[in-house]
Amino acid sequence: MTIEKHNYGTAILSAFEYLLENYPEVFVIGQGLWSPWYVGNTMTDLEKNFGVDRVIDTPVSESACTGAAVGASLAGMKPIVVHPRMDFMLYAMDAIVNQAAKWSHMLGGQAHPGVTIRSIINRGGEQGAQHSQALHAWFAHVPGLRVVMPSTVADARDLLIASVLCKDPVIYIDDRWLYDQEDELIPIVELDLTIQRPVISLMGGDITIVASGHASLLAREAAEKLENKDISVEVIDVRVLNPFHAEEIVESVKKTKNLLVVDSGWTSGGFSAEIITKVVEQLPVDCLSNPPTRIALPDAPAPTSRFLEKDYYISSDDIVKKVINLIK
Amino acid sequence: MKNQLKELSNPKKFQSPIDISDVDVDVLMLMLESMVTIRKTEQQLALGRKNALIGGPVHLGAGQEAIAVGVSQYLQCTDRVFGAHRSHSHLLALNPDFYRLFAEVLGKKTGFSKGMGGSMHLFDQPSGFYGSVPIVAGTVSLAVGAAMAAKLQKTSNIGVVYIGDGAVEEGVVHESFNLAKIQNAPMLFVIENNLFASHMHISLRQPSDMISRFAEANDIPYELVDGNDVVAVSQAAKRLVGDIRSGKGPRLLELVTYRFYGHVDWRDDVDVGVERSLDDIENWKARDPIVRLSKSMTESRYLSKHQESALNQRLDKEIDKAWNRAMSDPYPSADATLKYVYSEEK
Repeated sequence: MTIEKHNYGTAILSAFEYLLENYPEVFVIGQGLWSPWYVGNTMTDLEKNFGVDRVIDTPVSESACTGAAVGASLAGMKPIVVHPRMDFMLYAMDAIVNQAAKWSHMLGGQAHPGVTIRSIINRGGEQGAQHSQALHAWFAHVPGLRVVMPSTVADARDLLIASVLCKDPVIYIDDRWLYDQEDELIPIVELDLTIQRPVISLMGGDITIVASGHASLLAREAAEKLENKDISVEVIDVRVLNPFHAEEIVESVKKTKNLLVVDSGWTSGGFSAEIITKVVEQLPVDCLSNPPTRIALPDAPAPTSRFLEKDYYISSDDIVKKVINLIK
Repeated sequence: MKNQLKELSNPKKFQSPIDISDVDVDVLMLMLESMVTIRKTEQQLALGRKNALIGGPVHLGAGQEAIAVGVSQYLQCTDRVFGAHRSHSHLLALNPDFYRLFAEVLGKKTGFSKGMGGSMHLFDQPSGFYGSVPIVAGTVSLAVGAAMAAKLQKTSNIGVVYIGDGAVEEGVVHESFNLAKIQNAPMLFVIENNLFASHMHISLRQPSDMISRFAEANDIPYELVDGNDVVAVSQAAKRLVGDIRSGKGPRLLELVTYRFYGHVDWRDDVDVGVERSLDDIENWKARDPIVRLSKSMTESRYLSKHQESALNQRLDKEIDKAWNRAMSDPYPSADATLKYVYSEEK
């Protein structure tokens, strides 16, 4: 078995290569695909290796390009739309929410918009309020969309492939702050997205921390720091936010009796609320040792200056502090 | 507003019979039957809505039948046709199964969309009808994508979208024109210019009444035709569809027409419509595409009075029967609301 060394970015690239190589109905469309600026190392040379007909750099038209991908999927293709920043994708909300999410249901299960919409969270570095947003909770609110947030190198590759092979519309969200992670990957095995569930990334007994995407990486880092302080953390990576299944988390919390949710979106109305609610609904009343709690972004747009950014974004030390205050 | 449509938008013009000299009598008969079927189906829907037997809104296109019927002459079931909110005719011109349309509008399991869509969400992919939605301009980019797919799949199939004059006030339509052109997509944009968006006349919404100006802006060849002349529509469609199939890229067809009913349901809308008068409606009814075709056919002795009344009687009977059958059909099962959210849930 060949083990390949990858970082998160090259893992995504290898998924694209696998899909374009093996599935003639796959094509990719979005802005910046022929440029090294927009998508890091995740799509290098795809247009050279697979042709500009299948790797399409587009006019500045998020709405039409996303709609076109939805339409192509209705006609038997497996398109991937790439939005190098989630903020710009807001122009495409009709195609995503009114069209892709609804066509199966409102046409009696006869139409399948099997489109994958890759949306990149790209923030920090004094980019400010419109180059920073993490809106996964919005999309997870919409029935009909599957929402995927890979936090590991392996998931970055394998869940992208699973998303594209799935018959339903999928919002696949990767975060540029995850790209430096490295791992050794086994050869590709195709996964069925519909049976993917949250996974336990680290086992522990004192508290359950649940997170997705970049917050999941922070949770893993915090868990290592807390181990040195003799606090044993169980980290659960959500992976698939919609449809969201909480059974694994409920079982973990029954064991640890403490729940902290970390989320890279805003606090109010965010996905952290959904996780806590779904878990608490299924727990015996007297199960928890402490009230469930969360760390998410302050309810404010991202500030620009690095001085303000430092406090705005979550660090693994914030998680460490919160856990110590909660259970010590 | 610039009146670039000139006489095409004048309801007192183009009332005479149409030129049918280049068309086979069999084809004329088929087009006539298709238009009459659509008209009668919509009249039944108007009645059903008025009598509160239909629970949801119906956007009726009576008066505009020549467009879908003319365009569909040159479409194949492997093409990808997308509609909008006023799309009964677009579907029926491809598949005249009014029983399944009735069932759908009544929310019955036997409908085109299994009773999950109603009048505004229609589906019949086997006939080439990919779907219709009531979000104005919502399907335009989808149709361009289906056309791009046809090219990637190396077929000669084309994408077709029907939109109204109001839809071009949405930004995504201009993105879609541009994308279709730059991708050389095999795409036909059909503009049904009935001069109204809901209650508002085009003069209150746009600086010109001619939608084709946007085709010019995107270097998309187009034709501008009387939409109440089914032969003129079909001949223009033949030329444009031929160009598209041979790889020449997108085309636009603008058809000037008028709807007899108001924006939604069975009323005239003269009381809520801005610049919509009973006089205008009467004048446009004298430009009725069905009457003009049948008159031409009668004058040419292609159609006898007897044949015409036999056609009407047969369709009336069939429609009545289909309506009653649809009325007694079952609703979707109780699990349908959750069942169709995803293609499969494990």
